[in-house]
Amino acid sequence: MIYWELLLSFMQIGLFSIGGGYASMPLIQAQVVDKYHWLTMGEFADIITISQMTPGPVAINSATFVGMRIGGIAGAIVATLGCILPSCVIVLFLSFIYFKYRDVSVVQGVLGGLRPAGVALIGSAGLSILLMSFFGGNTESIYHLPFDKLDLIAIALFAICLILLRKTKKDPLLIMGGAGVIGMIAYPLLNR
Amino acid sequence: MKRNAKFYWTLFRSTFSLSAFTVGGGFVIVPLMKKRFVDELHWIDENEMLDIAAIAQSTPGAIAVNASILIGYRLAGLLGALVTILGAILPPLILLSVISVFYQAFRDNVYFTGLMTGMRAGVAAVIVDVVMKMSIDIVRGKDPVAIVTMVLAFVAACFFEVNVIWVILASGIVGLLNYFWKKNTKGESA
Repeated sequence: MIYWELLLSFMQIGLFSIGGGYASMPLIQAQVVDKYHWLTMGEFADIITISQMTPGPVAINSATFVGMRIGGIAGAIVATLGCILPSCVIVLFLSFIYFKYRDVSVVQGVLGGLRPAGVALIGSAGLSILLMSFFGGNTESIYHLPFDKLDLIAIALFAICLILLRKTKKDPLLIMGGAGVIGMIAYPLLNR
Repeated sequence: MKRNAKFYWTLFRSTFSLSAFTVGGGFVIVPLMKKRFVDELHWIDENEMLDIAAIAQSTPGAIAVNASILIGYRLAGLLGALVTILGAILPPLILLSVISVFYQAFRDNVYFTGLMTGMRAGVAAVIVDVVMKMSIDIVRGKDPVAIVTMVLAFVAACFFEVNVIWVILASGIVGLLNYFWKKNTKGESA
């Protein structure tokens, strides 16, 4: 039964990918390419490329993509559900614990250490997406920045957006969407 | 904040649009959520947002989905979690369903890649803006342990590519030790 296989396979991916996007890629490959042969390695690489450009978690993007190819819309829904089921259960359990015990002072102590680390992790994620944006997705590591591939349009867009965010009260979604629309016009026009 | 149909609609609409803009890794949704739920709607406070980020990061599964579940549960229990899960998974589900049908054409389309590249620059600006505000808050708090933890965690994650799980675990332990140390010194002086 193909739907059952999709569900079980993506449940394993959802359960064992800890730490987000990149951590889930080898797991997806093991299930989808090596075990079930739902996709070729080339198609899998394409999903990763698409996932890096489009919104949404890599695991959910692959679940939808694979599910669509194997079992149509129903397949996509089943695979996506499989992917999020384990985290739903675990996260709901932890939410319950957290909102019940967060006022206990020991827990406050631990959380007091986690908060500055949280800011740092957001900063780290911000830096990697900043570099990805400035170097056109060509950054392998921060120690080897390809300065010949510097994307001047992206740098200009980034600067304009940051100024608008800090100087005005404009809706961030509007600013991000605007940057997308300008990119849609500017890149085909200037990169001929 | 009344939990009526309008509230659930705002909750759904917010997670849906944030998820639609989470380009380039799940953690990106955290600063976007902070901007929406803390700064604009005032539904949760900044510390809760950071706790939610830490839990979302250290549990299995996609960070964007985990963070959405936590926000939904915090605001309106299980029903809220259900609403935010739907909001978080529908954008990629719809988008990838369409893309899977035309994926060759999408990948080579200059307008599509232009839109995505432009959006990425905008997302980077939002994150930098949020991180600037949050780190200034930590520095203004004048707790040396917090400031050092922040700097070390950033260096570890960014320059030494330490797995985030270890960063979170280590900073949790630092928080715990700091708590006991403060408690002890207070006990002696009393």
